Amino acid sequence: MDEEYDVVVLGTGLTECILSGLLSVEGKKVLHMDRNDYYGGDSASLNLTQLYRKFRPNQTPPTELGRDRDYAVDLVPKFIIASGELTKILVHTDVTRYLEFKQIAGSFVYRDGKISKVPSTEMEAVRSPLMGLFEKRRAKKFFEFLQSWRDEDPSTHQGINLDRDSMKTVYEKFGLEPGTQDFIGHAMALYLDDDYITKPARPTYDRIILYTSSMARYGKSPYIYPLYGLGELPQSFARLSAIYGGTYMLDKPIEAIVTDDDGKFVGVTSAGETVKAKQVIGDPSYFGAGQEGGKVRVLEEGKVVRAICFLNHPIPGTEDSDSCQIIIPQNQVNRRNDIYIAMVSHTHNVCAKDIYVAIVSTIVETSTPELEIAPGLSLLGPIYDKFVDITPLYTPTSSGEADNIFITRSYDATSHFETVVEDVQDVWKRVTGKDLVLKKREVEVQG
Amino acid sequence: MSKQFQFKLVLLGESAVGKSSLVLRFVKDQFDDYRESTIGAAFLTQTVTLSDQTTVKFEIWDTAGQERYKSLAPMYYRNANCAVVVYDITQSASLEKARTWIRELQRQADPSIVIALCGNKLDLSARRQVTQEEAKKYADEEGLMWTETSAKTGEGVTEIFTAIAQKLPLTAPGATRAGAGRTGGPSARAGVDLNKQSTTPGQPDACNC
Ligand SMILES: Nc1nc2c(ncn2[C@@H]2O[C@H](COP(=O)(O)OP(=O)(O)OP(=O)(O)O)[C@@H](O)[C@H]2O)c(=O)[nH]1
Ligand SMILES: [Mg+2]
Repeated sequence: MDEEYDVVVLGTGLTECILSGLLSVEGKKVLHMDRNDYYGGDSASLNLTQLYRKFRPNQTPPTELGRDRDYAVDLVPKFIIASGELTKILVHTDVTRYLEFKQIAGSFVYRDGKISKVPSTEMEAVRSPLMGLFEKRRAKKFFEFLQSWRDEDPSTHQGINLDRDSMKTVYEKFGLEPGTQDFIGHAMALYLDDDYITKPARPTYDRIILYTSSMARYGKSPYIYPLYGLGELPQSFARLSAIYGGTYMLDKPIEAIVTDDDGKFVGVTSAGETVKAKQVIGDPSYFGAGQEGGKVRVLEEGKVVRAICFLNHPIPGTEDSDSCQIIIPQNQVNRRNDIYIAMVSHTHNVCAKDIYVAIVSTIVETSTPELEIAPGLSLLGPIYDKFVDITPLYTPTSSGEADNIFITRSYDATSHFETVVEDVQDVWKRVTGKDLVLKKREVEVQG
Repeated sequence: MSKQFQFKLVLLGESAVGKSSLVLRFVKDQFDDYRESTIGAAFLTQTVTLSDQTTVKFEIWDTAGQERYKSLAPMYYRNANCAVVVYDITQSASLEKARTWIRELQRQADPSIVIALCGNKLDLSARRQVTQEEAKKYADEEGLMWTETSAKTGEGVTEIFTAIAQKLPLTAPGATRAGAGRTGGPSARAGVDLNKQSTTPGQPDACNC
């Protein structure tokens, strides 16, 4: 390995793979390594053997679960928002040719002990038990206000300034009940907690518009999902990177990040050999996350608890949906953070027939995280088996511009990829000094 | 009415045996003596028409170098209907490598996959290290198609792809029809097509920049 690279990328999670792909397309010479013998890092989808190796190294998967190769179990529960930023990157880079998507069949919200469908059409909204008749009228006025808003046309503003007035002010103007606010802020704007209410209304407005336009795109839910699991996403960007000259090495333990006397990046050592590069990008696990000693390059920002549950049936009360999201707003269960359920199944080629894989997750608030997700687990009906993971969320301590060491963030508790794309954009700017501008990929060039 | 099929075809084989050259000959009828290792062209399509007017469209995946350090993604094999495993008749080590790839395919790919073993650089037969007998015997044992080609002269190239096309719909009826699974064209897909989606009113078309 005496070649010198422009960038070494460590870890093949989605964030790293998108960056690797985009950098290779830009003409950078990229070496991409992973300590695991599979793609995806923390955002991988595992087959049964890999899943058991990770959670129960001393057990073999029960034969009644079916064939190993039929499984692609996501480690991080996220769906793709149809009109969101990840979709734009997928389309612009043309990696869609390697992927096939299906809709997530439904989106549900928990309220007063029951779950109800988040209405996807006006008809559904009229029939929805989520609001009483008068509240429905008020909500209709609120949504009409949002839909007709034009920045340049003050007559559409109804006295509201989205950049100055808080969301609280907007809710009050339309007289919306707390339950409706929960529904709008959590099931539509997808906020994890209630901090948004006292902040300016603009971001909430943007999120609701994103939600409704995504919902309108395919009809059933605002989400789409790649067949064979989320792990297909990093693989498709890795292929993009390879096509543009990126070199891939899996199963490479990384022993050291080598720096010079000033602390600037020099190279990475793997199997006793050091590869030199100008810059390094990597996920927190390659930069001391979870380890004692050494230079502190990442900080823990909190923890997420995720329970991967195998079920033999759809989730009760979801109209037998083959896939769904259920949001339990924090107020409903006296928490600070929402609890999420994300369920996919055989329809998405992620497990054997008649198996349903539901992941219940939330941000950890106490010293007994598993108890915190109990309200979510209890909605699932009988659980065939459960794998619980408590993952710290890491964030880099510095931007990397001083030492050429650029660290990505852990996958957070949100139910979608918008924050992953924000991280990609942020790291891109730190690495290249420029904003990420997506250009449509050139048609195939030979040679 | 003529029938249309679409298949995913993957290439495998040691570096420099001529995988990309075979594709280039098949798709564009070109050859390049000084090709570099594959960059930038790892996804091509080509259609062959069979005698009964059946058309078969190959969606061809070249390895893009990810196999070099044993880092080929599972995505590569996924739903592959056929594989062309290439060796160089002037390098006996390349046949050994081909055997390794075939074992890998038998382990990882769909059991119904059609595998063709292809001895390339037939124009250099003066320097032959791999005999026809040896390769053919191995192919027969494993139930593979086998042929020799020259991407340089074009000999045998169209023939191998046509032979695969003839074998395909018969070995996997229904399952490989256009529209079934990923091998179907976008319009025929059961899922959602991101490329065709209309953008929301008021937003600029995502692709027009
Ligand atoms: N004489 C002769 N040379 C060939 C033939 N096919 C390919 N070559 C040459 O062999 C070299 C390698 O060909 P490629 O098509 O790049 O090989 P590859 O298998 O795609 O290699 P990688 O992309 O590195 O895996 C090039 O110099 C080609 O010109 C052939 O049939 N005859
Ligand atoms: Mg090649």
